[in-house]
Amino acid sequence: MAKRAVHREDEPLKNLAGETLSSRPLRIVIVGHVDHGKSTLVGRLFYDTGSLPEGKFEQIQAVCQKRGCAFEWAFLMDALQAERDQNITIETSQIWFKTRLRPYVIIDAPGHKEFLKNMVTGAAGAHAAFLLIAADEGVQEQSRRHGYLLSLLGVRQVSVLVNKMDLVGYSQETFDSIVRDYQVFLNELGVEPRSFIPISARNGDNVADHAEAVMPWYRGLNAIEALDSFELPAAKHDLPLRFPVQDIYRFDHRRIVAGRIESGTLRVGDRLVFSPDGKESVIKSIEVWNGPSRQTARAGESVGITLSEQIFIERGHIASHEQHPPQCSRHLQARLFWMGRRPLEIGRRVKVKLATQESECELASIERVVDSSTLELLGTERRQVARNEIAEVTLETRSPVAFDAYEQIPALGRFVIVDQYDLAGGGIILGNALQPRQALPGKLFVGRVSPDERARAHGHQGALLWISGGSKELKKQVVEALDRSLFSRNVQTIILDESTIDSSLHGSLPSQPAGDRLLFGLLLASGFAAAGLVVLAILEDGTHELREKCRKKIESLSGVFVHIHLKPEQPDSHSEFADVLVEPSKSVEDSVLQILERILPEIKYKSKKWFYEI
Amino acid sequence: MGKLYEHLDELENQSIFIIREAFNKFENLAMLWSIGKDSNVLLWLIRKAFFGHVPFPVVHVDTNYKIPEMIEFRDRLAREWGFELVVGQNKKALLAGNTFPNGKATRVECCSLLKTEALQELIAQKGYEAILLGIRRDEEGTRAKERYFSPRKQSFEWDFRDQPPELWDQFKTDFEPGTHLRVHPLLHWTEVNVWEYIERENIPVVSLYFAQNGGRYRSLGCAPCTSRVPSNATTVAEIVAELKQTRIAERSTRAQDQEAEDAFERLRAQGYM
Ligand SMILES: Nc1nc2c(ncn2[C@@H]2O[C@H](COP(=O)(O)OP(=O)(O)OP(=O)(O)O)[C@@H](O)[C@H]2O)c(=O)[nH]1
Ligand SMILES: [Mg+2]
Repeated sequence: MAKRAVHREDEPLKNLAGETLSSRPLRIVIVGHVDHGKSTLVGRLFYDTGSLPEGKFEQIQAVCQKRGCAFEWAFLMDALQAERDQNITIETSQIWFKTRLRPYVIIDAPGHKEFLKNMVTGAAGAHAAFLLIAADEGVQEQSRRHGYLLSLLGVRQVSVLVNKMDLVGYSQETFDSIVRDYQVFLNELGVEPRSFIPISARNGDNVADHAEAVMPWYRGLNAIEALDSFELPAAKHDLPLRFPVQDIYRFDHRRIVAGRIESGTLRVGDRLVFSPDGKESVIKSIEVWNGPSRQTARAGESVGITLSEQIFIERGHIASHEQHPPQCSRHLQARLFWMGRRPLEIGRRVKVKLATQESECELASIERVVDSSTLELLGTERRQVARNEIAEVTLETRSPVAFDAYEQIPALGRFVIVDQYDLAGGGIILGNALQPRQALPGKLFVGRVSPDERARAHGHQGALLWISGGSKELKKQVVEALDRSLFSRNVQTIILDESTIDSSLHGSLPSQPAGDRLLFGLLLASGFAAAGLVVLAILEDGTHELREKCRKKIESLSGVFVHIHLKPEQPDSHSEFADVLVEPSKSVEDSVLQILERILPEIKYKSKKWFYEI
Repeated sequence: MGKLYEHLDELENQSIFIIREAFNKFENLAMLWSIGKDSNVLLWLIRKAFFGHVPFPVVHVDTNYKIPEMIEFRDRLAREWGFELVVGQNKKALLAGNTFPNGKATRVECCSLLKTEALQELIAQKGYEAILLGIRRDEEGTRAKERYFSPRKQSFEWDFRDQPPELWDQFKTDFEPGTHLRVHPLLHWTEVNVWEYIERENIPVVSLYFAQNGGRYRSLGCAPCTSRVPSNATTVAEIVAELKQTRIAERSTRAQDQEAEDAFERLRAQGYM
């Protein structure tokens, strides 16, 4: 059983080129389906490299004997009685380890679905991952789910270890077929694994040695070498400055702004902008206790600064340089992972925590929900996100929050959700969901003329007629005819077509995420409706959620909202929600009549008390 | 600070962040001070976090069986550093003599009476919402599974089967009335890290950690249940060097851990540090 001992020497850490390396440990998480051998691998890694504390091997041996079971390497990590009794990891553990190259923190995650929140806890802070797949069982539910979660949590360096090769006679075919299976899955996620390694954790094959005797067909890295091939993430010094205010202290007659620099570098004399309020001040000093004074501080440092002008700032404000501020919005487009026992329904109030910011928020809409194991689309018209599901959603916060897209500045692009007392979800921000409610600031359209005055002058109220369904051609014909008959009744109309929006978006707002065309269209349409016009808007369907929001918005501005759907040959899900559903068999004239019957009584001017917001 | 110490900077920054989170979230906060090396480092980090101040009380649970030098050290540091020292004690158990040295309790029972219960009483009496503690994941198996912010029930229990998720440095800071939190800012440090940091920062520790007559204390508990390890390390640097070589577990000299396979787990489930 004796294997090559690799380390435990007390020497400076050097790489193969002889350069001294950072003394910071690399954090590696071990994930994969239940029972696929994660904890066993950790035990074996320790043993094969001579890293077990003295007496530990004998202690585990004695415990196993007393329990009447075969020797379990997993007992090094599975320290709880409940874990040993059932031979299952419940809670993530962390243990320190060293190769000749550098120190590691090994994070052993549980594989059972029940303990997914513990796996997430372990994986969230990792720099790299080993994903284990047992050769006898192949790719299983958690093999895939964990793979997906790694990508969501931002763990990009992954090696796949195909374990228990001893149980399949060290068969190359079995190995190859698992590699193929899993590769397909990872490709869908856009994850490129570093390596696939056939091992037997229990026997130590390809763990710290090269098991040529039993797997002569494999010539690649062993587990230890794979570990050493990962890289520590680059420091975030060169990104734009993000300094979330953690607290304000008053000590010794100074007002100290305390926090951790999440990215970038700050210097004495720098002008800072505090988002989302936009207040500005200049850094007067970087405070130090029991150390030399300093002029700069960088990403990762917990510091305190004083400012030259006293402005009101508080925990949650995000300091940046003027040139590169974060985005601010009340609408976050996000990918959310839900861990809560009760599902998160649309409209339910929860709390979002993003860096040091906290804001009440609600789930405004669900764009789509995906099964985190199969990547199967569970629906686009879902009303809730249940436990262990991943969803693309829009969150609406009570007050504006400062953030960045996760891909740009991770620390400002991820958040957690607190449901009552519990941390129940986590997510990353894809972008700023420009929602109509947010995109309709009063000054854009309202001025001092009330909707009532406008309605009286026009003889009708403003309205948004959202026209969807049917063919492009049919929509065009119906809208033109509708426009004509409304005009002849002295109704002020305007046609808003997707192509208009497209062309206007194209020049000014490049590379907008999908869905923005629609949102921008709604912004314009709502503005026109609020100005008292009847907008004939040819828009893609959007979600029911979005339409309902839009309806609420228009109605709160005393306008009329009608969703007109030209039913296609194959009725779709929008047909069931439409206010006016036009049968495909109808002629254009009849269709227009049907629409007029519905809308004219609604938009007709009637004296009433207007709710008016400015 | 150069590459050699890069990891210490990282550890320090993370701990200060956690300490400041706890201070921001809890009005009524205290730190538990065992007078050992870890809690001295924690106390030092608190002073760093708050620019030389210790803005909340420092609690010591006195079992009455601590080595006398520890008590002298405690009182001297409290004077010199100027913080509020609160001492708690399970007087009832001590009066009744229900202790291990008296032969009226097992080691494990003695620990729960003199430490866990004393702390529980003090928390109830002072109404602390959260307690900062200097435990580390590398000390033993159950601590390896701890969270930075660990909720405890009214009964003081640690429900390690159902811990809250903790990710991206967002901690559990909302909790039901009646429960309280243990905050562990040193969880990610190792024993070697602690000594390296003591060396770098020149942090005072009791002299019991240094070798005399071929032995030193590696872990300090109560006199009757802690013993010395063979060692010739008389300086912090020598201790660091010694630890980098050794394969002996840190708590191997703490007798209460060794009583049964799950002795320590049961202690901790009841609320032991
Ligand atoms: N034959 C064989 N058995 C193995 C191997 N690796 C692990 N096992 C066995 O598989 C069982 C599960 O191993 P663990 O290490 O506990 O699995 P795990 O992935 O940590 O399980 P969870 O943490 O509960 O998800 C144990 O009985 C191990 O002895 C291997 O390479 N070959
Ligand atoms: Mg396990």
